[in-house]
Order: sequence, then C-alpha cells, then structure tokens
Amino acid sequence: MRELSLYILDIAQNSISAGASLIEISVEENTQSDFLTITITDNGCGMSSEQISLVTDPFYTTRTTRRVGLGLPLFRMAAEQAGGNLGIESVLGKGTTVAANFVLSHIDRAPLGDLQGTITALIRLNPDRDFLFRHSIDQRSVTVDTRVLRNVLGEIALNTPEVMSWISEYIDEQEKTLSGLLPGKTELL
Amino acid sequence: MKTLAELQVIRDKAREKLTVREDNREAVRVVVGMATCGIAAGARPVLNAFVDEAAKRKLGNVVVTQTGCIGMCQFEPIVEILVPGKEKVTYAKMTPEKVARIVADHIVNGNPVMEYTIGSMMK
Repeated sequence: MRELSLYILDIAQNSISAGASLIEISVEENTQSDFLTITITDNGCGMSSEQISLVTDPFYTTRTTRRVGLGLPLFRMAAEQAGGNLGIESVLGKGTTVAANFVLSHIDRAPLGDLQGTITALIRLNPDRDFLFRHSIDQRSVTVDTRVLRNVLGEIALNTPEVMSWISEYIDEQEKTLSGLLPGKTELL
Repeated sequence: MKTLAELQVIRDKAREKLTVREDNREAVRVVVGMATCGIAAGARPVLNAFVDEAAKRKLGNVVVTQTGCIGMCQFEPIVEILVPGKEKVTYAKMTPEKVARIVADHIVNGNPVMEYTIGSMMK
C-alpha cells in the first residue's frame, strides 16, 4: 500500500470485525525524536497470546474464505522498512492495541496520505461505532470524536449525507490547520 | 471554520426530512470490498466517489456499505450493486472515474454498464 492512511483503514477493519464499539486512532509525529507513531486501539473481543504470536504471519488468518491474512504483516513490513517496529497488545474480552513506529524522516517511510479519506470512510461505513481520531505534530494536535458529534446530532445518524459532508470538511480543515495551511487554533497538548 | 453550531443546523434540517425518507428495504445497495486486497487496490476513493455522487444527485435511496474479501482479489476494487428485484451486478477493477457513469446509467436509469462488469473482464 502506498499510504500509511490505507494501512490505518485496513487495521481498523480488524477492530470492526472484532466487534469494537470504540476505535481510537492516533497519529503522532515527533520531529525532535524523529519518530512517527500510529496507534489503533479498540475495545473489541481481543486475542489470545497464541493468536498474538501468529497474527503477523501472512499465512495465519481467522478467515475461512482464504488462507492468507496480509493486513498486519504488511503493516509490520511498512514499519520495519522505515526503521521502526510493530507492537501488538491484546487482552481477550477487553480489546487490542496495535502500535507502529516509523522513523519520520526515513526515505522508505510511506507518506501518511489521505487521512481525511480514511477517517470519513470509517465513520461513513460504521455509523453505529465511535471513532476517536487524534493527529499531533509535536506540541499541536487536532481531535475528532464521533461521541461529541453524536451528542449534538441526537437521533440523526452520523452517515446522513449532509452530516458526512460536514464531518469530511471538518476533518479537512483540522488537518490543514495542523499542517499550517490554514490559520486557526489547534489544541496545545 | 466548521462549528458545532453548523452541525446543529444540519441536524434540525435532517429531522424535518426524517419522516419523508424512503423505506430502506427499497434502497439500492452499493457494496464495496474493503478487505486488505480491496483497500490496497484503491477501494477507498471508489467508496467515497459513490457516496459523493449519490449526495450530488440527492439520491436518498442509495446505501453504500462494505464487505470483506470475496476471494477474487485480482479483480479488486470490486463493487456489487443490488437493485431490489433485479439480479446483482458485480463491477471489477473499479476506479473513481467509472463511478459517475455507473450511478447515472445503472442506479438512476436501470441499465448496468456491461463493459465494467466482472463478466466482461473474465472473457
């Protein structure tokens, strides 16, 4: 995959298959330590320690339709080729955390790509689940929390077209503000 | 800047429309393959293109959903369109550029775009 945002979309699908109701996606860029950390945390069904040891094996999958499972192995490869690593923590019945580290300035680090597209696709396809997205660059950060939006919306679904276009533009604005393309306020950590 | 006050206005407008919304059983379902193979092949922009096109044409009866890998990874991105009462049509090697025509010809006018279907690609 060409963009890290696509890996995020893919790994979040695992959280969805695990029945998670809340999926937290965090992208932290630290220019001082030159590290990029992507963390995906869910409250899904979790994995046994045996499963954790097998999941980055491309020939392990829980699927019955095919014999390969490439999501996590590819994510690990992307991290390792950029001087980083991939860690998985999971507790059965509690949830899973997948954390990938990358050397930010590594020549083989894939670009983050269209984070807005990934987050909107996830919200759009899973209007009954909650997503907490946070992107930080050093001391500045932006946050999108569907629980806050849901409070405002009441019984109106998150994937109502008008709501989705608001969310999409909102994330776009937040991302542009964070990268300095738009004036505006970001939260200070 | 986008504000939550704007979202409240959208909510109030949506509430007014809620009662006139068409029955979901009559909805056209657009199912996009979103497993690793689909995502790697470019399913995300295709999905977003379908939603945008449906919103642009104000098609209230189109539901865009996802599915996993259906075992034909070489044809991804795969999109299945299910029109109630009609046979399922499977489009293969989708791109965002193909979406507008499929929405216009197939979803709006009921004529599947045969040249984009998996059947025509397997010949």
